[in-house]
Amino acid sequence: MNATNLIQAILWGISIGAVFALIALGYTLVYGIIELINFAHGDVFMIGSFLALTLLVDFAYGTNARGRPVQAVFGPRLFLLIFAILLVVMLFCALLNVLIERLAYRPLRRAPRLAPLISAIGVSFILVNLGQLWKGSPPRDFPNLLPEVNVLPLLGLGDRLSFTTKDLFVIGVSIPLMLGLAAFIQRTKLGKAMRATAQDREAAALMGINTDLTISLTFLLGGALAGAAGLIYGLYTTQVWYLMGFRTGLIAFTAAVLGGIGNVRGAALGGFLIGLIASINDLGFAAIFPALQNTPGLSFLAGLNQQWTIVVIFGLLVLILVFRPSGLLGERVVDKA
Amino acid sequence: MALLQLDNVHAYYGNIHALKGVSLEVAEGEVVSLIGSNGAGKSTTLKTISGLLAPREGEVRLQGKRISGLPAHKIVARGVSQSPEGRKIFPRMSVRENLEMGAFARKSGAEIKGDTERVLDLFPRLRERLDQKAGTMSGGEQQMLAIGRALMARPNILLLDEPSMGLSPVLVDQIFDIIREINARGTTILLVEQNALKALEVATRGYVLQTGQIVLQDSAANLQRNEMVRKAYLGEE
Ligand SMILES: Nc1ncnc2c1ncn2[C@@H]1O[C@H](COP(=O)(O)OP(=O)(O)OP(=O)(O)O)[C@@H](O)[C@H]1O
Ligand SMILES: [Mg+2]
Repeated sequence: MNATNLIQAILWGISIGAVFALIALGYTLVYGIIELINFAHGDVFMIGSFLALTLLVDFAYGTNARGRPVQAVFGPRLFLLIFAILLVVMLFCALLNVLIERLAYRPLRRAPRLAPLISAIGVSFILVNLGQLWKGSPPRDFPNLLPEVNVLPLLGLGDRLSFTTKDLFVIGVSIPLMLGLAAFIQRTKLGKAMRATAQDREAAALMGINTDLTISLTFLLGGALAGAAGLIYGLYTTQVWYLMGFRTGLIAFTAAVLGGIGNVRGAALGGFLIGLIASINDLGFAAIFPALQNTPGLSFLAGLNQQWTIVVIFGLLVLILVFRPSGLLGERVVDKA
Repeated sequence: MALLQLDNVHAYYGNIHALKGVSLEVAEGEVVSLIGSNGAGKSTTLKTISGLLAPREGEVRLQGKRISGLPAHKIVARGVSQSPEGRKIFPRMSVRENLEMGAFARKSGAEIKGDTERVLDLFPRLRERLDQKAGTMSGGEQQMLAIGRALMARPNILLLDEPSMGLSPVLVDQIFDIIREINARGTTILLVEQNALKALEVATRGYVLQTGQIVLQDSAANLQRNEMVRKAYLGEE
C-alpha cells in the first residue's frame, strides 16, 4: 500500500467532502421537515456558483491597457470582497429556495407525496435552463483567486503531501457554517420549532408554532448553505457548469442518505465520507494499492479511477437504499418514502 | 357568556362529513365531558376548535369572538391549548424541550419558568426525567407530558383528548385526580373520553356525540342516570 497517496487522498477528501456536506445538509433539512427529496437543491447550488462568478468577475477584476480583464483586488481587501460575496450569494440562494418552496411545494402540501416530487423535478429543469441561458453551455472558468500555498512544509511536515491555503479556506468557511447551523437547531427557540415541526407537524401547530413559517425557515437555511457551497466550490475547483447541480447534487444527496436522511449530523458525516471515497477513487486505486494490479481476481479494482467515481458513488447509494435505508445515523427508518 | 361556544359546526375530511352541526358551550370554570363511541367525531370536534380543521359551516367562538378560520398557532395564542389523542409528544426532544415547546406562544421567561415549576409539581415523574428523550418514556409518563405540555401554554381552556387511553387503572385514577386538580386551580376543561364513567365523575356537564351530531346534553349527574347513556357508554346491559 502506498500510504503517502492514501493520506493525500484523505486530505483532499476533507475539502471536497466539506462542500458535499454543505449541500447534503440542505437535502436533509428539507427531507426532515416535509419528507420531500428536493431535486432542485443541487441546482440552487449551481445558481449560487454562477452568481458568485458574476460578482467576482465584476468586482475583483479591472481591465488592463489592452482591454483584457486582470485581477484588480488583492490581499486583505480580496478576502473582504470574497467574504462579502459569500454573504450576498448565501442570502440570494436562501431567498431563492424560500421562493421555490412557496411557489412550487407549499400549494401541494396536502397533495399525494408524488406531486411535490414531480414539482421539484420541474423546478430543477427550470433552474438548469436558466443557468444555461445565463452562462452558456460549455463549462466556465471560475476566477482562481485563492492563493495555493502548501501549508504542510510550513508546519514542518515536509512537502511530499499537499494541503494548501485553498483547502484551509474551504474548511475555514464550511466548518463554522456547519457548527453554526447545529447550534441554531439545538439551542435557539426557532431551531427547536424546526425540530418539533419535523417530528410532528400537527402537534407543533398545537404548540403555537407557525409551521408554514418554520418550513420557510428550513428552506432559507438550506438555500444559504447551498449558496455558500456554490462560491466555495467555484473557488476550489475553478470551474463551474450549468449541469453541475445535477451531478454534485446527486453526490450530496447520496451523502445525506449515507448519513441517514433527515439527520443533520448524519449529513455532515456522510458528506465527508463521500468526499473521502470520491477523492480516493479520483486518485485511483492503483496509486494507493499498487499490489492490486498483480493480485489475481482483484486486479479489476486497480482500474478504479476518476472515470469510475460517479459509478462507485451511485453504486453505494443503491447499496445503502437496499441494505440500510436509514443510513449510518438514521434514527428512524424511512417508513414513508 | 360562555367561554367557548360552538355554533352549528360542520366539518369535513374531503368528502366525509364528520361533524354535522355540532353546537356546544363551555362556561368559565367548568369541566365539560364530550362522550361518544369510536368515530363519533369527538377528536374532530377538538381539532376544529384548535384550528387544525376549519369548519365549512358554523362558528367557533372564544369569549364571544370568532376563532374559527384562524390558523392553529393563532388559536393557541388566544388561550386554547390541546393535549391531543395519542399524546403526540415530540419523541426525539427531551422532556424539558417538550415543555418549552408548550410555552412557544408566550413571551415572558420568568412566567414560563414559574409555570414549568407548577407543572413539575403536578407531575413529579417528569421532574426526574427532564433530560430524557420523551419517546423513551412509558405511555403513562408520555400522557403526563402531553398534559403538562398543554398546560405550559397557560390556557384559558384546556382540551383533553382521551387522556386515559391505554393506561393502567391506577394511572387512570391518577390522571383523573390531576384533571380535577388542574380545574380546581382555575383552568376550564373540555374533556373527550371513551371512559364515560370516569369522565362524568369529574365533569359538571356532558354532551353525547353520535355520528357527528350531539344527541344528548345534560348535567353530568343526570347523564350518569340516563338509560341510554348507561346502556351505550357505561357498559350496562
Ligand atoms: N384524517 C382523516 N381523514 C378522513 N377521515 C377521518 C380522518 N380523521 C377522522 N376521520 C373520520 O371522521 C369520523 C370522526 O372521527 P374522529 O376521530 O373525530 O372520531 P372519535 O370520536 O374521536 O373516535 P375515537 O373514539 O375512535 O377516537 C370518523 O368516521 C373517521 O373515520
Ligand atoms: Mg378520537
